[in-house]
Amino acid sequence: MTYTMPRPSITRSSASPWRQTKSAVMTASLVLALVVAVVPLVLIILYVISKGWASVNAPGWFTADIPIFSRAVGPGMGPAITGTLMITGAATAMAVPLGVLGGIYLNEYSAASRYGNVIRFFADVMTGVPSIVMGLFVYVIWVLSFGLSAFAGALALGCLMLPIVIRTSEEMLKLVPRELRESAYALGGRKAGTIVRVVLPAAAPGIISGALLAVARAAGETAPLLFTIGFVNQANSDLLHDPNTALSTQIFKNAISVFPGQVSRAWGAALTLIGIVFVFTILSRIASSFLSRKHQS
Amino acid sequence: MRAGFSCPHHQVDPGTFVTTTIAAPSSLAGSQRPPGLITDRIVRAVVFVAGAVVLVILALIAYTMINEALPAFRSEGWSYFTSDVWDPAHSKYGTLAFTFGTVLVSGIALVLAVPVSIGIALFTTEVAPRWLRKPVTYLVDLLAAVPSVVFGLWGLLVLAPALPGFYQGWHDLFSGVPVLGSLFDGQPIAQRSFMTAGIVLAVMVTPIITSVARETFATVPQSQKDAAHALGATRWEMIRAAVLPHSRGGLTAGILIGLGRALGETIAVALVIGSSPQISGKLFGSGDAAASVIALQWGEASDGTYRAALIGLGVVLFAVTLVVGVAARAIVARADRNAGGTA
Repeated sequence: MTYTMPRPSITRSSASPWRQTKSAVMTASLVLALVVAVVPLVLIILYVISKGWASVNAPGWFTADIPIFSRAVGPGMGPAITGTLMITGAATAMAVPLGVLGGIYLNEYSAASRYGNVIRFFADVMTGVPSIVMGLFVYVIWVLSFGLSAFAGALALGCLMLPIVIRTSEEMLKLVPRELRESAYALGGRKAGTIVRVVLPAAAPGIISGALLAVARAAGETAPLLFTIGFVNQANSDLLHDPNTALSTQIFKNAISVFPGQVSRAWGAALTLIGIVFVFTILSRIASSFLSRKHQS
Repeated sequence: MRAGFSCPHHQVDPGTFVTTTIAAPSSLAGSQRPPGLITDRIVRAVVFVAGAVVLVILALIAYTMINEALPAFRSEGWSYFTSDVWDPAHSKYGTLAFTFGTVLVSGIALVLAVPVSIGIALFTTEVAPRWLRKPVTYLVDLLAAVPSVVFGLWGLLVLAPALPGFYQGWHDLFSGVPVLGSLFDGQPIAQRSFMTAGIVLAVMVTPIITSVARETFATVPQSQKDAAHALGATRWEMIRAAVLPHSRGGLTAGILIGLGRALGETIAVALVIGSSPQISGKLFGSGDAAASVIALQWGEASDGTYRAALIGLGVVLFAVTLVVGVAARAIVARADRNAGGTA
């Protein structure tokens, strides 16, 4: 009893060689596109590591003050590192709670209302506002009256982060199954209580992931800080008063220098900044992998 | 159909009440003002205010910045936009050269980045084996995580010095050709030029356009792709017949979002464009762009009108990116509606 029916060939045997070649060439060009984009990524990371490694490894890089004299060679990026962490931290403290609340409003209170749609639309538009405009805006409303400070920089970065946090929070809340809310209501839960005790915990990993991504983006920003924090060489731990400094603005100032000491400090600062940004990006990935695991189980 | 007791929850889809009609909790049905109602109202008010902050900030940006830039707009009149003479020493603030540079550099960036981005997105959604898709996505997203000032630093110290030889080659190749000959010229050919800025910008907007394109391609119904294959289409023919036509709206929006980013990018452009305001079609010559002028000249701008003129450039950037952003989101909204209607 032999069953010898040949498998019907439904693959591309019918296409002419010319069409097959064309398809293969186009497929190859898609692969080429990926290579074209990955090459600069790899080049940039390798360059930053190779040029910045020596600076970062020198003793005192993370703690010493930045040399005042342009010709000075050697380490010191401490003030910029604390500045970046301080400014980004303050921006996070302002933008993330507000953004999560805004996301809650969009998804839980106004899912299809016209006013909700208006806010959603303009939050999207706000993500496209150039960071330099946020810097100028904070210069006009804050710096003109209260002077340069880390807090002014945090305001500008907060304006950048806010729409990102709002939209990612909303998207993550949208993923929470409706049955979960209904069960809470059925047990007598009120709306606010249900959101705080049931909906938010379920969406937490995704919201944290989105917030961390916003932090990573803010930490690397330069343009908004140019008009808001000023430029100093010593650490300034006062959030609200007096100029401060950050890694990104240090890179910008030192990049155009003709002195090798400053240029190598720029590379070192670039490596430090990329390190900080990548740490937040990876943390964000870890948080979102918690989310997908939760949804699978 | 509503339940017999007054419902404490606001704006809940009527569908959710089907179950509550069976048995209303007696504690709720009896009391006049259910416990927690006040908290509910407060929470609602708080999240409402949080959402409204977005509108407040956008309105404040427009109002305060226009206000602050008025001295420059007043003293220059229309020539603020139409003149290309930017001479702060003689109080001449014409911004046309900067607007030109911004548009040219963003144009170069899009010409380079759009095909690459669409290619990567097609590769991830249509070609790559399943196990490869996530790593490729992560890799391209990593490119988006690199701070713009690092792109600028690399562009200035590594890329720019390497380019003039390449530029010279192109120049020699096309020197006799009418239009291309003057396009691929610098007079003199410069390390820091429109083209260098365009290349750096292209690298920066590629991950943005890619991620929008990827999401768009993922919404193409499998049935349409299967249908194309069943009719004997090769992979490329399937992409052209099923994937690309379905994605036109999403791709346009993605390109506009990338354009918005390119128009507003400051630091990377400031470091590699060469800072010489001129309106010239010579891509290998140096130029200047609106956002980078603000960053580079801010320190020198001590007198009121100079500063107002720079803030005015910020107003122009804000207005242009607002228009681009609104157009992009409107296209996305329409594409979403269409997809929802046919599905």
